[in-house]
Amino acid sequence: MSFLEVTLYLLNGFKISLVIFVVTLLLGAPLGLPIAFCSMSKFKPLKALSKTIVWIVRGIPLMLQIFIIYYVPGLMFDYPMFSNVDKFFYMNYGISDAGRLMAVLIAFIINYACYFSEIYRGGIESISVGQYEAGYVLGLKKSQVFRKIVLKQVIKRIVPPMSNEIITLIKDTALANCITVGEIILQAKELAATKALIWPLFYTGVFYLLFVGLLTIGLGKLEKKLNYFKS
Amino acid sequence: MSFLEVKDIKKSFGKTEVLKGVSFNLEKGEVLSILGSSGGGKTTLLRCLNFLETPDSGTISVGDKLLFDGDDKNMLNDEQIRENRLHFGLVFQSFNLFPQYNVFDNVTLAPKLLKKGTNEEIDAAASELIEKVGLTDKIKNYPCELSGGQQQRVAIARALAMNPDILCFDEPTSALDPELTGEVLRVIKGLKESGSTMIVVTHEMEFAKNVSDKIIFMADGVIEEMGTPEQVFGNPKSEKTRNFLQNSLEKI
Repeated sequence: MSFLEVTLYLLNGFKISLVIFVVTLLLGAPLGLPIAFCSMSKFKPLKALSKTIVWIVRGIPLMLQIFIIYYVPGLMFDYPMFSNVDKFFYMNYGISDAGRLMAVLIAFIINYACYFSEIYRGGIESISVGQYEAGYVLGLKKSQVFRKIVLKQVIKRIVPPMSNEIITLIKDTALANCITVGEIILQAKELAATKALIWPLFYTGVFYLLFVGLLTIGLGKLEKKLNYFKS
Repeated sequence: MSFLEVKDIKKSFGKTEVLKGVSFNLEKGEVLSILGSSGGGKTTLLRCLNFLETPDSGTISVGDKLLFDGDDKNMLNDEQIRENRLHFGLVFQSFNLFPQYNVFDNVTLAPKLLKKGTNEEIDAAASELIEKVGLTDKIKNYPCELSGGQQQRVAIARALAMNPDILCFDEPTSALDPELTGEVLRVIKGLKESGSTMIVVTHEMEFAKNVSDKIIFMADGVIEEMGTPEQVFGNPKSEKTRNFLQNSLEKI
């Protein structure tokens, strides 16, 4: 196989990595917000529930969570829903790993939402009481104070830790190959197994590096854009 | 009936009684300075007036309108509290400007969100207020680009933009370098001349003496002494007031 062929082959796998990355970010980032609010709730049971979920999700390896999500419906409820989805998509569209990808996405979204929620919570709690009070004494509603005064300061503060988490996310997508979702490393392993080519496995690192480079530039720009104020 | 009537306000935090029954009146256009050592309850009193704290008992009324009655806590839903707050403005010790907005937007934010008028009216009023505090040349600057004194003047303009009946200052110059204190005090003095009703918690004795119509000295949650500046500074009746004034005015 030529270099170009290998590159295109791996690129196909990297597309799956990117799908996991984008979907996790698009759904996990918003989902983190209600979890953060629950963790800060004054209603004790809700707070305890939220903190417990975050503890479990952050306390178990993501790979294990993928296994749990994938296997538990079949093992415990005798309903292997993800395998069923796999079969359905394979028979109707010839796509082989749709159900497994779904299981991976669910695990990633829950996992990252919990991590994001802790970043949000830290950001929100770091805003001084004075900012809220300054809004209140002007007669603003709580929702107005949050949206118009607190939110942007929170965003400014969470950009650096979020950048970190986002960079970790693209590399974590490699975990999807534990249930044989065809992301880039699985593709490289397949080349090693079928074509006896080992170098593509190391070559995958270049794809991650380039993407992380782009992310770093983009996130750095965002950080700079918010530099016009200090808080 | 006086413009502002505060009757027997009590407030405890846990077991600590911070305000042990505070009553005073203020007429429209008057300036009241509140003196006293730290922990005397001055700040808590201002926070009660601005409904950042809810008193345990007592009443507060402004211009014949009963805003708070400790016997009838039901009147205090969120909506009611917000309406009550509009009677008062508060300037904080630590300014608390909104860092992501420039001077102009800090001043116009609340009036625009609460639709106090058309955008043109609000903008015109804000420009006027910013001129009044002498910051027209900084109108597009962000808080981080201003000195402490300038930030505090913006905070004053921001509070005035909501057109409060009574403007409160919580140690407005305590976070400032001595050379920046004057510019803020001059602005407050200017407000007195234009007829604003104000309550100033301060440690600036000279300022309190010269600007106030009325002085309150607070200690341990009660009003120890109340009167005109001449009475309180010239002829204090209470032992605590005498000691405090002696210590404060002592030249070192």
